[in-house]
This record gives sequence, structure tokens and C-alpha cells, in this order.
Amino acid sequence: MLRYIALRGLLALLVAFTVSLAAFLLLNVAADPAQAIAGEDATPDVVEAIRARYGLDRPLSVRYFDWLGGVLQGDFGESYYWHKPVAELVADRADETITLALSALAVTILIAIPLGALAALNPNSWIDRFALGVAVSAQAVPNFWLGLIMIILFAVMVPIFPVSGDDTWMHFVLPAFVLGASSVPAVMRLTRTGLIEVMGADYVRTARSKGFRGWQLLRRHAMRNALLPVISVLAVQLGQKFGGSVITESIFAINGLGRLALESILGADIPTVQMLIFVFAIVFVAMNLLADILNAALDPRIRIG
Amino acid sequence: MTRLLDIQNLDISLALPGGMLHAVKDVSLTLDRGEALGIVGESGSGKSMTALALMRLLPRSARLKAARLAFDGQDLPDLDDRTFAATIAGPRIGMIFQEPMTSLNPVYTIGRQMTEAAIARGLLSASAARKKAVDLLDRVGIPDPEGRMGQFPHQMSGGQRQRVMIAMTLMLDPDLLIADEPTTALDVTVQAQILDLLDDLRRERQMGLILISHDLAVVAERTDKVAVMYAGELVEQGPAKQVMFAPQHDYTRMLLDSIPRLDGEPAHVAPVRKTDDEVIAARDITRLFTSRKGLFGPRREIRALDGVSLSVKRGETLALIGESGSGKSTLARILLGLDQPSSGEVSMLGRPLAELPATERARFVQPVFQDPYTSLNPRRRLSEIIARPLVLRREGDSGSRLAAVKEAMEHVRLPARLLHAYPSQLSGGQRQRVAIARALVTRPEALICDEPTSALDVSVQAQILKLLEDLRREMGLTTLLITHDMAVVHETADRVAVMYQGRIVEEGTAADVLSNPTNDYTARLLAAAPRFGDGAPVTEDAR
Repeated sequence: MLRYIALRGLLALLVAFTVSLAAFLLLNVAADPAQAIAGEDATPDVVEAIRARYGLDRPLSVRYFDWLGGVLQGDFGESYYWHKPVAELVADRADETITLALSALAVTILIAIPLGALAALNPNSWIDRFALGVAVSAQAVPNFWLGLIMIILFAVMVPIFPVSGDDTWMHFVLPAFVLGASSVPAVMRLTRTGLIEVMGADYVRTARSKGFRGWQLLRRHAMRNALLPVISVLAVQLGQKFGGSVITESIFAINGLGRLALESILGADIPTVQMLIFVFAIVFVAMNLLADILNAALDPRIRIG
Repeated sequence: MTRLLDIQNLDISLALPGGMLHAVKDVSLTLDRGEALGIVGESGSGKSMTALALMRLLPRSARLKAARLAFDGQDLPDLDDRTFAATIAGPRIGMIFQEPMTSLNPVYTIGRQMTEAAIARGLLSASAARKKAVDLLDRVGIPDPEGRMGQFPHQMSGGQRQRVMIAMTLMLDPDLLIADEPTTALDVTVQAQILDLLDDLRRERQMGLILISHDLAVVAERTDKVAVMYAGELVEQGPAKQVMFAPQHDYTRMLLDSIPRLDGEPAHVAPVRKTDDEVIAARDITRLFTSRKGLFGPRREIRALDGVSLSVKRGETLALIGESGSGKSTLARILLGLDQPSSGEVSMLGRPLAELPATERARFVQPVFQDPYTSLNPRRRLSEIIARPLVLRREGDSGSRLAAVKEAMEHVRLPARLLHAYPSQLSGGQRQRVAIARALVTRPEALICDEPTSALDVSVQAQILKLLEDLRREMGLTTLLITHDMAVVHETADRVAVMYQGRIVEEGTAADVLSNPTNDYTARLLAAAPRFGDGAPVTEDAR
């Protein structure tokens, strides 16, 4: 088990470095970074000066291994834009994004799982159709549009929540809802089909023959079985919340990693973008690992190692 | 005294996409305390539906109607679902299901599943429930019951799971036990043990028993009265001996005739063209598996096969018998080239199997598997399924393949109109015919049939066994038949090899082995096999 986790951890790092290499190449080949930093109107002299100052005149391979060497010592370089160590910049802003991602996940769980369960227990009823409607619309609506609508509805017309910012927990309600809503369809459908299958299983019939009905039947013999596949998907969804924070944080002006990513991309702040991509990749792989471990813990048939 | 169970004019219909299916028609049954009732019939005859109706476990689409449906004087339809679940299901009526592999929840321990109902109902404290569960596990013959309590279903064999299921049902001391094919998945020796246990309980606790089975031999031995169902109707009902030995209805007679029997002349004839060519020869086959106990446990070696030698000569039928776990199926996989032996060698007509490419092997030996419901691809038509081996071997063009498919279908007596049907449109027996046709299409030297009839009803089983017999006569086919049913061996085999714990413990002609077994284990297998004629047969005059 420990060996397995260590192995997967190593794999996670490998994935993160592969992603960082790809990101590095794209960032440096797609556009001239010196030109981007200097701006479109800069004279060639200025561009050259910037190129020399940030060491952008060195060959790509030298610059990548230079960056990699730093990363291995915990040094992610200095931001071109904010002129601060990138690691400090990221650490400062991580709180907001973690809060947002976790509360978005909570929103997903609180909406999708009860709705999926109700739909599964009453197939083809009005609640099933309602759940399907929710799923289809949540899937069809783009995040940014839903964000703007929520602001208009619940911050402007009925001013319950603040329009933007990240000072209090009230500020996180709307963004968490918007970000969480995008995962509702997948999780709800999986809960529904999983539970329908489990309720038809022979062991549920056995439990019914022992006199279990309703809530007791669900709690004792159906929920854990039905939720096993949902857990894997939730972990992946949590990884996506970090990625999805780019749009949501921009709309609601939350000063988190997503907004930092957007700003550093616009500002051609290559070291910051590099580190963010690296961190997002590690989070994503770590969530998948967590899902596997959770599954093995809950399902005795799975033995990892 | 009120009867334990009184069913009058029970009707059950199911709403299917194609219309209403009248699954049970006008069935009346009664049962007293301590009495055993056998319900016999083929799959689809309505016997399980009748049982599920008693437990309120019918599918949602089912509609039930009865003049009277009373348990111990209480009219069951009067109870709402909550009251029924609280007072009847479990402590009054218990049910054992047919599917041992899937009837236990895979994510909870045996101990939790056994004790939860008694604890949740407040009948027993946790420690008392645990003690009772351990006692019951011991009684159903589970070794190390204390240790088993912490295990999960997947760590047990099918037979063990079925015994756990039985023990679990007995936890609540039901007054009526409904057992739906309780021993179908079990080996004969275990089957006898379980049925003895049910007999004992019936006597000790005056428990009523409904034994549902397609196995007439089991029912005849174990019940006081028997009801025969056919197409949803009760065609015959009466004392067990009378129904078994002096059947009134044609269907009952047909059912009785199709049972393979251990006594009397075997149905098969001597091989037509028996030669000494060894079509399949296995020499000194050993197969080791390694496993770990727990996550950090030491590696253990399991000898699934231990120095097995066996040969099948052209034109003969060799039966390989033994319990589940004895290594029969592992040997079959190795003979088919689907698994490699750890040591030893298999040859086909003198050529080592290891040197034959897979497509070449198909000319020598073909498999027929146990479960015709899962061994055919549901999305392909029969014409595609049967032609598949030819396509894989790149043999012939579409025209010659179609001709070969039609010929194979003719051999197995499948009507040509089914050429473009899907497996879901066929019955179990027809599906098994398709599996045999697929095996025959490459014109192999030998078939390896792994329990080809144990998933089928007796009347269908008789047809498939006859088909194999006919094929042998017509095509001089060599067959290795793997089975646990002694009567099937008696009816079809020339020679018998008995496997026990990975070794062949006895080998000889079918007549010798079945009449004078020299090995203890073979003798035990034979003694445990249910047979007709035990107890006083009712003679013709007694009718």
C-alpha cells in the first residue's frame, strides 16, 4: 500500500514535469516572450534589453533546465511582472482558490447526490424529469453566463450577496454555486444510474427479504455501493474546479490562483504561468490518487499494491 | 388449527413492453407447520414468481390477485408495506435465493450482514447476535466460522456464500422458509449436507419449508408433497411419492423421463469409430498459482493441478468429474491453450499444443461453455457468431462461410430461419446449440464441454445431451465432458476420470467407476448424488 502510494506520487511528479515541459515550449515558441513583456509598441532596442535582462536570449533547452534546477531546489523563479518570488505570489493567493474549489465541490455534492438519489428511487416520475431538466440546463449553460445572471439576480435585483470580492464567506456563495453547478450533471447522472442498478441488485433483494425498507434499506445496503464510482468522478471534478477557477474568479473578482493565472498570461509573466501549470497538474494527479485510495478503502474487493 | 400458509386462486401478471404476461394462473397451495412442499417446473413456469409474491418482492410492474393469501391466519394483502416488512419479512417468512454469487452485499462483512437484521429489530444484542451467527455458520458447515465473520463475500466460494445466505436467513428463526433452488450452485456432497440441515430444522422447530427446484430428484427425496408447474399453471399436485412414481399429467411424465438416471441402461451407444489415436494427450500437467493473504501476508502457492495425465482417444467421450475447486476448469483451459501449464505438456494428435498457433488450434479443439446466456455476444446475429472462428482463421469467402454456418446449424438442429436472429431472441437450450454450432464450424477433432447443461432445465438438458450423442454418431466427434452430475456421466460417457484437489484419483470405464468405485472420494460423490427410486416406489398397481 505504502509502496503503491509512493509509486503513484512519483508518477504524479513525472506528469507534472511533462506538463511543465509542454507548457514551457508552448509559452516560448508561440510568441516571443520579450516582445510580449515589452508590449506591442516597444522599439527593437527595448525588446533586446528585456531579452538580455531576463536571459531570454539563451537557448530554450538551457533555460528549461535552468528553471527545472531551480524547481528542484524549491525556487520557482521571480515574477517578471510583480518582481516577487513566484512561490510567494502563489502561496499568498492559494487560500482563496482552495476555499472556492472546496465550497464548489460541496455545492456539487449537496445538489447532485440527493437529486440523483431521488430520481433513482422514483424513475420516470416528475422528480426524475425535473432532475434530468436540471442536468441538461446545467450542462448547456456556460459558466461565465451563469455567473453574470447570478450577479444580476442575487446581487443587483435582490441584493442578498455582494457583487464581487473575497472578503467574507458571503462573497463565496455565488461563485461556489456557479463553479459547483458545472459538475452537477455528471455527478447527478452517475448517482442516478448507480443507484438504479444497485436497487435492482440481488443483495438489495436479500436485504428486502430481511425486512429492510425505505431509508434503512438505502443507508444499509445501497448507498455505499452506488457511491463508489461517484467518488472517483468527484475527485476528478475537484481537480477541474482548480482549473475552472480561472473564469469564475475573474467574474467575481476573487484574488485567487485562477485570477493570477489570467493576469500572468496577459502580462506574459512566464515564471508565474509555469508554476501555476505545475501546481494545477500536481493537484489533478493527487486528486486521482486520493480517489483510488478512497475507493480501495470503501470497496473490499479492490486491493491496490 | 389454522394452516401456516393458504393460497387460493393466485394470479400474477406482468406488464411487459409487448403486453401483459400472465405469469401465474389460478394457483392454489396450502402448507402446514413442519411440512415441506416442493414446487417443480422449468424456468419461466412461474414457480419463483409464486415465491416472490409471498415475500412481496415482485417487480414493480407485477399485478397480483388472489382469493386468499393467508399466512398463519393473517391475510397478507391486508397489511401495508411497512407492517409487512416489520412483522412478516424476516422473522416469520425467510427466503433463500438462487444466486449465491450476487445475493450478498460485496462491500460489507459476513458478520455485519448476518447480524444486522436481528440487531436492527432489537431481537438480540450485538454480542448475542454475533454468537448466534457463529453457531449458525458452524451448523451450515462453514469451517472457522469465527474467522469468517470478518471476511467479505468475494473471499468465499459460491457454495460457501450460499451457506452463509442460508445461515443468515435462519438468524431470524422464520416459521416458513422459502428456498428457491438453494442447492443448484452447489456440489453434490455440499448439497446433501444443506438439505439435511433444512430437514433437521423443520423437525426441530416445526418450520414450514417450500423447496423450489427444477431438480425432481432432490424434491422427491426431501418433501412431503409436490406441486408441478408448467407455463404458470399448477398441472399436478399431490403427495411427493405419488407425483414422482405415479404421475397423472403428461408434462410431469415428460419431466420425469428427461432426467438423466444413474440406474438402468445408459442411453448412449459404444463409439462408432473408436481408434487408439490420442486426439488430446496431457502428460504430467502441473499448474501453480501464487496468492497473498492480506496486503502484507506471505506468498502462498496453490497447486491447482498436480501431475495430471489424461488422454482422450478419437471417437470417445471422456467425462471429467469433481467438485468445484478440484481443478477441472483449469485443466480445460490448459487443454484449450487458454492457459499455460507450469510444467508438463499437452499434445494434439501427437503435435505439442505449445507449438500450434491459436488459429491452428481451432482445427483441433473447440470449447462449449457452461452459461449460454453470457458466452454469446448479444450484439451479433447468429450468422456472425457461428462464422466468427472462420473469419478469425481467414477461411473461405463469405459464400463458403455462410454454407458452413448453415451446415453447422443443421448439425445442431437449429432451424435456418434463426440465421439472422440475435441471442436474446433464443431460449437457453437454443443458445447452447448455437455455442455448439460455433464450436463445430471449424470441424474440430474434439470438443471440450465445460458443464454444458448445468445452466439448463432438465428437459432441455436431455435434448442437449442427446444432441452431443447424435453428433458423436454422425461425425465421430471426440468429447471431453466436464461435469459434476453423476447421472449425466452415466448417460453419456465411455470413460470417467475423477478429479480431487488437483489430481486424478480414479480413471476407468464409466460402467466400472460408477458401479465399483475404488476410491473413497468417488464413492462419496456417488453416495451423495440424489437418485430416484430411493424410498418405496409406488408400483403400477398402487395407482
